[in-house]
Amino acid sequence: MTLNQISVFVENKPGKLQQLTDVLAQNKINMRALSLAETVEFGIVRIIVDDTAAATAVLTAEGFIHTITQVLGVAIPDEPGGLNHVLHALSGSDINMEYMYAFLGGKDAKKAYMIFHAKDNAAAAAALAAQGITCIGQDAVAEL
Amino acid sequence: MERYYQPEIECAPVEQLKAMQDERLVKQVKHVWDNVPYYRKKMEEKGVTPEDIKGTEDLHKLPFLTKDDLRLAYPYGLMGKPKEECVRIQSTSGTTGKRVVAFYTQHDIDLWEDCCARAIMAAGGTKEDVCQVSYGYGLFTGGPGLNGGSHKVGCLTVPTSSGNTERQIMFIKDLESTILCCTPSYAAYLGETMKEMGMTPDQIPLKAGIFGAEAWSEEMRQDIQNTLGIKAYDIYGLTELSGPGVSFECSEQSGMHINEDHFIAEIIDPNTGEVLPEGTKGELVFTSLTKEAFPLLRYRTRDICVLSRKKCSCGRTFIKMAKPMGRSDDMLIIRGVNVFPSQIEAVLLNAGYPANYQIIVDRVRNTDTFDVQVEMTPEMFTDNMGEIQKRQASLEAGLRSMLGISARVVLVAPKTIARSEGKAVRVIDKRKI
Repeated sequence: MTLNQISVFVENKPGKLQQLTDVLAQNKINMRALSLAETVEFGIVRIIVDDTAAATAVLTAEGFIHTITQVLGVAIPDEPGGLNHVLHALSGSDINMEYMYAFLGGKDAKKAYMIFHAKDNAAAAAALAAQGITCIGQDAVAEL
Repeated sequence: MERYYQPEIECAPVEQLKAMQDERLVKQVKHVWDNVPYYRKKMEEKGVTPEDIKGTEDLHKLPFLTKDDLRLAYPYGLMGKPKEECVRIQSTSGTTGKRVVAFYTQHDIDLWEDCCARAIMAAGGTKEDVCQVSYGYGLFTGGPGLNGGSHKVGCLTVPTSSGNTERQIMFIKDLESTILCCTPSYAAYLGETMKEMGMTPDQIPLKAGIFGAEAWSEEMRQDIQNTLGIKAYDIYGLTELSGPGVSFECSEQSGMHINEDHFIAEIIDPNTGEVLPEGTKGELVFTSLTKEAFPLLRYRTRDICVLSRKKCSCGRTFIKMAKPMGRSDDMLIIRGVNVFPSQIEAVLLNAGYPANYQIIVDRVRNTDTFDVQVEMTPEMFTDNMGEIQKRQASLEAGLRSMLGISARVVLVAPKTIARSEGKAVRVIDKRKI
């Protein structure tokens, strides 16, 4: 199971990220997770939203360059060692993460969520499943 | 004391120069008619034959040549001598990536080097001098031209070519170079580097510099003169006509004397092609009187300029041209290299991207900066940062190979490039020249 992550191109200039959040706010799209990868000149904003189709439609209409990438979402216990357990499962299978980010604040206060992107998501999901860790699906995002 | 390489020509009475031009023009038109079918056809289309050209007053009857003609006739179409009589080519970038290739017989090279020798002597050069040529050598005319001129004057010639700044400075110091030939921006850069190394102008043996191949301001001249402790002279030329030395400055430093025994200069209205009187601003057009292998008649330089026959204190009678004030086409000269926006477009299209770009040129500490802003497209974008940077680097490599100089590619959001009346503004030149 994977999640739809929307990656958006933004220039690394004052106000540019806010133009993106303006568009999402005006269209009542709720972001569940966000991370930012940047260079001196530009960045990639990676977001997971409750309604991917609605978000991509408004981004297209507003002229934002974006693309959808499949990523893995894992719920981990919000306690010391939570992430460590997951990473052990992956490194044991020689799987390298290209990037990852976390989000907290779901309805279940005892859980944190990690978003992963591996070169081979299927292999990563399998390695996690072998350790009894399941990935959350897109339909669960709105419920979290 | 003013020095001349060929005083009998450089200071000849104007009437004598005119008679020489009349005679040479008649001969050159005949040579072109007989040997360059491309131009002959242009003459025929205009209904002109060599018999119609009896002297310089008939020059206006001849058709123009443009950079487009050079592209259409590429590579051998405008050659005036058979290949076996030519000994050299030089080249410069053209409008759409096609290069301009110019040919030389040994005689052509000889006359070109004479022109450069005149420039070196006008800058005070003699055989006592050590002349460091820091223009690029190779296809670019700067290095070979000044190198040849320096030999003719009898200077000890130091062919460092461009680049390797520390070695340049080492040679200036150790070999006691007295004359420096390079682009003005490189001269400024050398001056700044010396300053950073803690050297003062009086520790540097240089006394004069001959700087050309790009536009530079009077302020920049003052800057270079102060940091290097020299007199800085301008030199002008085009590969199409030979290279540097079409015109050069004398001690007056108030415009460049055109070598009128080899070139006729005209100023025309760029829109109508009509010849304008002396002192009027317009497009500079050259007719080559003595070139055998690449004899261009009425070649439109696209440089906007003014001519003046005012008497010069140096004693030369050659007409003077002011520093070019701009272009009547969209060509840019960046770090001495000709750049056409269409070349950048070609690189983007070749890479499979739409041509949404803007060129931003500036001059920071006397060196040109060259950014190409490219609007991000869905084709170019991916979630993988490394991949985007790889695409950016590959565009930069493509530009470097097309233009011969490096540009920085800056990725910007769609529709951020300024548009005026719906048309994208392709060039923003912030340089104050």
